[in-house]
Amino acid sequence: MMSEMRRVTAIRNGTVIDHIPSGRAMQVIRILRIDTSRATPVSLVMNVPSDKLGRKDVLKIEDRELSREELDRLALIAPNASIAIIRNHSVAEKMVVELTEDLVNIATCTFSNCITKNDREPLPQRLRIFSHDPLEIRCYYCGKVQEIDELIENIL
Amino acid sequence: MGDLVTMDDLTNEEIVAILDDSERLVPVARGVVNLPLLEGKVLANMFFENSTRTRMSFETAMKRLGGSVLNFSSVGTSVSKGETLYDTMQMIDGYADIAAIRHPRQGAAQYSADAVEIPILNAGDGAGNHPTQTMLDLFTIRQSHGDLEGLNVVLVGDLRYGRTVHSLSHALVRFGASLTLVSPGTLRMPKEIVADLRSQGSEVAETESLQEQINHADVIYMTRIQKERFPDEDEYAKVAGIFKLNSSDLSAAKKGMIVMHPLPRVDEIDPNVDSSDHAKYFEQAFNGVPTRMALLCRSLGVEVPKEVK
Repeated sequence: MMSEMRRVTAIRNGTVIDHIPSGRAMQVIRILRIDTSRATPVSLVMNVPSDKLGRKDVLKIEDRELSREELDRLALIAPNASIAIIRNHSVAEKMVVELTEDLVNIATCTFSNCITKNDREPLPQRLRIFSHDPLEIRCYYCGKVQEIDELIENIL
Repeated sequence: MGDLVTMDDLTNEEIVAILDDSERLVPVARGVVNLPLLEGKVLANMFFENSTRTRMSFETAMKRLGGSVLNFSSVGTSVSKGETLYDTMQMIDGYADIAAIRHPRQGAAQYSADAVEIPILNAGDGAGNHPTQTMLDLFTIRQSHGDLEGLNVVLVGDLRYGRTVHSLSHALVRFGASLTLVSPGTLRMPKEIVADLRSQGSEVAETESLQEQINHADVIYMTRIQKERFPDEDEYAKVAGIFKLNSSDLSAAKKGMIVMHPLPRVDEIDPNVDSSDHAKYFEQAFNGVPTRMALLCRSLGVEVPKEVK
């Protein structure tokens, strides 16, 4: 696994997100609101072999430690991701992703007739975890089951 | 606290208690007994979509209990000027003690409940839920069958968009009903709802034919194919009039079987059924009054006396 990790340079300080399902690294960048126009170097490896997932993506974000809350958002698209916070070239902290029951302002409901589709309505977007395994997410307001692939397109 | 958005807001025990309250309130609903339990209280009827029975029965329920009613319709009001639901509901929060809301958008009732302090009763949100209708439906079923446990209920018609059958089916399986869902292929019950119903351990069968269901049913619940939900006339024409119940069809029915319909009907039930003992849809429409009385009392924290005289 280490050799796969080294496809890109090791980072001195920052966050490494491993075991992202293959092809979803760009969505991870979006869901974590990583501003790619800023100077922060972001390294991205896509479609590398993985024992656990078959193929996977890996993301390294320099000089930024992601918070617990930010990482929890990841669970929507990368529920098995493992996260390492790197300080001074070594792993200072390891974290696993956890999906919170109430997803507030992370993504908009995918159902076209939901009350939240009027973007002038001021209350927050809210989705609820209905079941963890298999993952089923429903809109808190309208109750509609959300297709995860569609939901990813609606990430705020 | 006193909101009623979906049937999940009520436990089975609460449902039964509300049905008991409703039963005691029947003489009040008929105007035979005067019981001003809600004197001084104001109900806002917030109808962002058309309604006949629901709006009027809420109004009658409130007035029979001595309360008063503000009637709102989105036509010609600030909503047609582009006001958000949030803002409209803020206003109502200041004017009324409780609100019944019907809205074309799904989730509008939960949204309103989160937006305001006063209790919200969902009077239908898009193709979502219609729990006060479910309560009057349960009341009607219990009136005929004595209790709600273990009945064979056949739901017929537009099961895709019909919020009435969505709420009702959820409640029925909680009381151990077996459901048969009869609809054309294009109007089947949404798959997540069917999955939910089956996860409660109930038998749920799906079919496109009504006739063979008549002899084993305890309840046949007819619904209208809703023309307004179809994107084009041709699609509607394919399924319009597909299920029709005639008095001759009912010869195969069990003695105590009841025919229900949330109304309005188009041609699903022939008028020649009206005079049959099986027909309960007009009683069902009346039952909206005592059940909505009981629900208004519950939401406003007013106890219905154990004896109503």
